[in-house]
Amino acid sequence: MTFSWTYFIGLFPQLIKYIPLSLFMAVVAMLIAVIVGGLLTLVQLYAAKPFQLLVKLYVSFFRGVPTLVLLFIVYYGLPEISPTFKGISALTAAIAGLGVKQSAYLIEIFRAGITSVDEGQIEAGETLNFSFTRIFLSIILPQAALNALPATGNTFVSLLKETSLAFTLGVTEIFADGKLLASASLRFFEVYVAVGLIYWVMIIIYTWAQKYVEDLLSKPYRRVVANVVDSDQQSSSAI
Amino acid sequence: MSLIQISNLAVQFSQHKVLKNIDLTFEEGSVTAIVGPSGSGKTTLLRTLNLLQSPSEGTVTVAGITVDAKHISKADVHKIRSQSTMVFQQFNLFKNLTALENVMSPLIYNKLAGFDEAKAIALKVLSDFGLESIADQYPVTLSGGQSQRVSIARAIVAKPKVVLFDEPTSALDPEMVSDVLTTIAQLAQQHITMVIVTHEIEFARQIANNAIFVENGEVIAQGPANKILSTKGTGRIADFVNSLENRVISTPQQTNTSEVVTPRFRLLQSGAN
Repeated sequence: MTFSWTYFIGLFPQLIKYIPLSLFMAVVAMLIAVIVGGLLTLVQLYAAKPFQLLVKLYVSFFRGVPTLVLLFIVYYGLPEISPTFKGISALTAAIAGLGVKQSAYLIEIFRAGITSVDEGQIEAGETLNFSFTRIFLSIILPQAALNALPATGNTFVSLLKETSLAFTLGVTEIFADGKLLASASLRFFEVYVAVGLIYWVMIIIYTWAQKYVEDLLSKPYRRVVANVVDSDQQSSSAI
Repeated sequence: MSLIQISNLAVQFSQHKVLKNIDLTFEEGSVTAIVGPSGSGKTTLLRTLNLLQSPSEGTVTVAGITVDAKHISKADVHKIRSQSTMVFQQFNLFKNLTALENVMSPLIYNKLAGFDEAKAIALKVLSDFGLESIADQYPVTLSGGQSQRVSIARAIVAKPKVVLFDEPTSALDPEMVSDVLTTIAQLAQQHITMVIVTHEIEFARQIANNAIFVENGEVIAQGPANKILSTKGTGRIADFVNSLENRVISTPQQTNTSEVVTPRFRLLQSGAN
């Protein structure tokens, strides 16, 4: 069988219909991962020892369990042990499972980002009599965010690709649609190359956006003399 | 009237006592230089005054607020820090804020002024230090001397009673030392109580009323700066002072020659007084 360009090109209008769903899953799962990961990072860094150990256990478990197994636990397993989870939709289960899984990776990334902020920055805040909350929010967090951004971006890239696993729960997203098309036409190569290209392009666009944000955030740390004209706006935005 | 008093102070790291049996008083408006060899406990002593380092024994009193090593409350630490600030060897300017925002930060974050008022005050202080042209630059773009002067501006903007300096010129290139020392000398004339850990003996002699010599975690001598830091005489302190006055630096390019570092602070003679 030869490669059919006509069929290949004709696949895209059908497949791109599912991009919003894949993006929706990835973005909501990422939000869950950032919120859960962020809160648990604070617990791991600043809470009492027993709570820190619980977070370590959480990280160890969710990093150690394969994503597919985790999704099956959430979708098929949890409804068996608790009525709360009965009737959970496949989409919700996929988003929750992916979000929790990635939060475990983010805890490590956020922790490294925060602990890499120079101790002198914190001491300066202390001697100027700032509260710990103020030091954390205004000094540590902006600097840690820049440190953590590249690795956090990689997590989102992984997450976007892992949304394709949602097909195993019955969610029809890009990959699931591709699988249906391939089964119908028996042109597996064209279909899966087209599916792969769509993920690739989404990730190229995301990588470009992340680079833009990184450049924006790293402005204070570059050895370029600042433009003095917009001083009012600069001051009010940072402090 | 004494503004700072420390009694029977000791600081211990695991089994090692870094400071022991320290009793000192610092008069209001005085300038005190702390000198001594590396590792003698000078910086630890200074950090204890601001409670960046918790004492193991004894008491620290700053502007009437006493903290006992046996019970250090967060509230008392905040009260002491509202009266005293510190200037660090490595500047420690907030990297994510411009020079102006750094200087505004104590006023805004401690709710001492609104945004506009804080900005006006900070600009005035930067202007007094001749730094208005770099107000909107981030720390990474500043020279060492500029960074240290901005950090001094940040330390004094909220008008603390005490400013502590931890080797403020040690991390600077030689040509930048003079600007920073000049700035500190300006403050000395404004009745701000200052405690300075320094190796700039000539500067300390000219600016400080008192000097303290620390060695092996103990105060070996204290008294008028011109007496303690005198190069005349014999003994451990005179030897140390003379060794700083006549530092010999060998560089890789100068393996066969050496450069005698002469005192580089000439502020008081040059009219800034």
